[in-house]
Amino acid sequence: MRAAGYARRIAGAVVLALAATACGGGAGSAGGAGVLTSSWGDPQNPLEPANTNEVQGGKVLDMIFRGLKRYDPRTGQAKNMLAESIETTDSTNFTVTVKDGWTFSNGEKVTARSFVDAWNYGAGLRNNQKNAYFFGYIEGYDKVHPDSGRQSAQTLSGLRVTGPRTFTVRLNQKFSGFPDTLGYVAFAPLPRTFFTDHAAWVSKPVGNGPYRVRSYTKGSAMALEKWDAYPGPDRARNEGVSLLVYTDNNTAYTDVLAGNLDLVDDVPATQLKNVDTDLDGRYINTPAGILQTLAFPFYDRRWNTDGARKVRTGLSMAIDRAQITRTLFRGTRTPATDWTSPVLGAEGGYRSGLCGHACDYDPAGARRLIEEGGGIPGGQLKITYNADSGSHKQWVDAVCHSIDNALGDDRACVGNPIGTFADFRNQISRHKMPGPFRAGWQMDYPLIQNFLQPLYYTGASSNDGTWSNKQFDRFVDRANAETGTARSVALFQQAEEVVRDNMAAIPLWYQNGSAGYSARLSHVALNPFSVPVYNEIKVG
Amino acid sequence: MGRYVVRRLLQMVPVFVGATLLIFLMVNVMGDPVAGLCGERSCDPATAAQLKREFGLDKPLWQQYLTYMGNVFTGDFGTAFNGQPVTELMATAFPVTIRLTIVAILFEIVVGIALGVVTGLRRGRPVDTSVLVVTLVVIAVPTFVTGLLLQLLLGVEWGWIKPSVSPAATFDELIVPGLVLASVSLAYVTRLTRTSIAENKRADYVRTAVAKGLPRHRVITRHLLRNSLIPVVTFIGADIGALMGGAIVTERIFNIHGVGYQLYQGILRQNTQTVVGFVTVLVLVFLVANLLVDLLYAVLDPRIRYA
Repeated sequence: MRAAGYARRIAGAVVLALAATACGGGAGSAGGAGVLTSSWGDPQNPLEPANTNEVQGGKVLDMIFRGLKRYDPRTGQAKNMLAESIETTDSTNFTVTVKDGWTFSNGEKVTARSFVDAWNYGAGLRNNQKNAYFFGYIEGYDKVHPDSGRQSAQTLSGLRVTGPRTFTVRLNQKFSGFPDTLGYVAFAPLPRTFFTDHAAWVSKPVGNGPYRVRSYTKGSAMALEKWDAYPGPDRARNEGVSLLVYTDNNTAYTDVLAGNLDLVDDVPATQLKNVDTDLDGRYINTPAGILQTLAFPFYDRRWNTDGARKVRTGLSMAIDRAQITRTLFRGTRTPATDWTSPVLGAEGGYRSGLCGHACDYDPAGARRLIEEGGGIPGGQLKITYNADSGSHKQWVDAVCHSIDNALGDDRACVGNPIGTFADFRNQISRHKMPGPFRAGWQMDYPLIQNFLQPLYYTGASSNDGTWSNKQFDRFVDRANAETGTARSVALFQQAEEVVRDNMAAIPLWYQNGSAGYSARLSHVALNPFSVPVYNEIKVG
Repeated sequence: MGRYVVRRLLQMVPVFVGATLLIFLMVNVMGDPVAGLCGERSCDPATAAQLKREFGLDKPLWQQYLTYMGNVFTGDFGTAFNGQPVTELMATAFPVTIRLTIVAILFEIVVGIALGVVTGLRRGRPVDTSVLVVTLVVIAVPTFVTGLLLQLLLGVEWGWIKPSVSPAATFDELIVPGLVLASVSLAYVTRLTRTSIAENKRADYVRTAVAKGLPRHRVITRHLLRNSLIPVVTFIGADIGALMGGAIVTERIFNIHGVGYQLYQGILRQNTQTVVGFVTVLVLVFLVANLLVDLLYAVLDPRIRYA
C-alpha cells in the first residue's frame, strides 16, 4: 500500500512540473516589440561574403550588406545601390564610382578601397573563399588564384583605385553583363576591421546594410537590430530580426502554428496539404530562380552518341511534369518549358515554351524516339540523387514511374539513392554517374547567362556532365561580347536552343519559394532567391 | 576493490583506441568531405586542394589518425568546417544533452521503478494488467511518433508547452522531451522491476523479514527492492550512454541543440572532426557508465566482492 502511495505522490509531482512549464507556452512570440523571429539554418561556412554560397548564410549577409547593385526584391532587376555609375565603352574596362555618404555600421566610410580590398581578399587562393571563381573574369585572377601551387600575386592586376570613390576594373574577356553580377553578395564591400581583426569580425560581422548584428551564438541564434543611421533608401520597417536555428523545418512550422515563431521559410512538403487551413492564408508561394533538371554523364560514351540524343529527348517526353508538380509538390513547382527561370522575365531572357514539344508529355512519341535512338543505354535508366534532404526520393520515384508507364515496362527506370549530399557531389565530381542524375540550379544573379554558361559551357565550373558543344560555346562568347542587353539576351537564347536540340539536360520544373508567418506580421514577401525580404516586413 | 578498478581502467585503453579507429575509418569511407562544401557545384581544384591541406586530408589515413589522436590527448579535437573548434561545439552541446539525459534518467528511476514495484506487488490485479498494456503500447510505438504527438497536443492544441526548446534548454523546458526520450526505456524498467520484485517476493529472506515483524515499507525498501534492483541498475547504466547518443530523433523533433544535433549535422556534412570527436566522448561515457554499474553491484548485493 505504501509503495502505491509513493507512486501516486510522484505522479502528482510530475503533473505539477508539467503544469509549471506551461507558463509562457503559446503566449506570443519570443521576439520583443517590433522584433520578429524567423527560422534559420546553421550556415555551413564562416559568414564571409565571398565564402557564403548557401541560402542560410546568404539570409544574414542580405540583411547586413549592400553592394554596388541590388536586385529588386520583386522584379529581380539589378539596380544601382552603392554605385553612382558603372561605365564602359568596350565591355572590358569598367569605371566604377561609389556614392557619397555611405558608411559601415561602425562609422567607417565606404570607399573605393572597401570594395577593391574585399575583392582581392575574395579572389585570393590563400583565403579559401568558396566563391572565389566569381572574380575569375577580372584580369590577374590566374596569378591570385592559380589552378595549382601558391598564388604569385597578392592583388588582382585588373583592379585599380583611382580616387577615394572611384576605381577601375579590367576584365580578361568581354562580358557585357558584368555590372549586373555585382549585386551578388561576394562583391560586397568590407570594413578595415575585417582584415585587421578577422576573428572578431567573423564572430560578430559588421557591414553596411539596414541591420546590424547585436549578438551571434554560433549554431543556435543570431539577433539583428535595425541600424538607425542606415543611409540607404530601403530602411528596415521593423525593429529587428531574431534568427533561430532549426534542425528540422517541421519543428519550425509547428512553432509558427503555436505562435512561438513568426516566420518560417521553406514550408516542409508534408505540411503543404494543410497549410491554407493551418495558417488561414498567411502563406506565400512565389517563383524563385531555381530550376531542377536531370543531367547526363557525357563522359560515358553510350550517352554521347547521336542515338542517345533521341533517347534523351524521348525521356523528356516520357515525364508527366504537370501531374508530378500538381500531386506531389502541390503547386510549389511549375513544369519547366525552358532552361532558365520565370523570375528573369521575358526581357531578361526567360522564354516560356522554348523547349517546345520536347517538354510535353507524349508517351507514344517518347516510346518511338527511344526506340529510334537504340533504347536506353544499358537497358535500364538509373537516376542518381542524394537521399538526405528535400523530397528527392519522392519525385525521382514519380519520374521513374512516369517513364515506366510511358514505355510500358515496369523495370525501365529505377532511383539510385546516395546517402549524403557530400558523397553525391563526390561521386559526381569523380565522374562515376551510372546514368542521369539530379541537378538543381539556384541562380547566383538574375541573368540568363547564369543559367547557361556555368552549366553547359565547355569546362565550366558546374558542367558536371562534361557536355561540350562548339556551337553553344560560340553563341555564349558572342553574347558576352555584345554590349546591348537585348541583343545579348537573344544570342543567349540561341545558345539555349542548342541545349534544347541536343537535350543536354532535361528541364523538370521551376521551383517556388514558400513561407508561412504569424498573424502579427504583414508585408511578407520572398525575393527571387527565395529569401524573405526582411526589411519590408511590418510587425504588429 | 582498488585493484579491480585499476584493471578495468586499463582494459578501457584498447577498447577506446579500437572504437575511435573504427569510427575514424567509417567516417572516411563515406568519401571526400570537401566535395560537399561548395553547394551544387564542384569546388575549384585549387581551393579544394588548399582546404584538404589545411584539414590534413591530403595525408595517408594512418597518419591522419595518429595526428588526430595525438591532438586529442592535448585536448585539441580539431576544427569543424564552419571554423569553430570542436571543443567549442562540445562545450555548448554536452551540457544540453546531459541535462536532457538527467531528466530522462530521473523519469526512468522514479516513475519506472515505482510502477514496477506497484505492479510487481499486485501481480494479476487490474493495476498490473493495465500498466502492462500501457508499457506494451509505449514499447511498440516509435519515439518519433510519441514525440510528434505530444508536441502537437501539448504544444499546439492545448498550448501547455512551447513546441520547441530554446537555445538555453533549461530543465523545465526539457521535461517533455526528456519524457519522450525516456518513454521506451521507462517501459522496460517498469517491466524489469516488476518481474524481479514478483520473483523475489517469494524468496526466503523476504519471508524471514516479514516473520521478524518488520514493517511492510521496510521489508519492501530494504530487503525486497534492494535485491531486485540489480538487473534494473545494469539496464539504466547502459542506457545512459544510449540516451546521450541516441537522442538524435528527440533532439530533432524538439529542436534541441545537443549532441544529437551536432552528430546529425556532422554526418550530413561529412565533418570527420566533429563526428569522431563527439563519438569519442560518447565512447568514454559508455565505458565509465559501465564501470560505475559494476561497482554499484557490490553496493547493492554484499555477496558480490571485487578483487
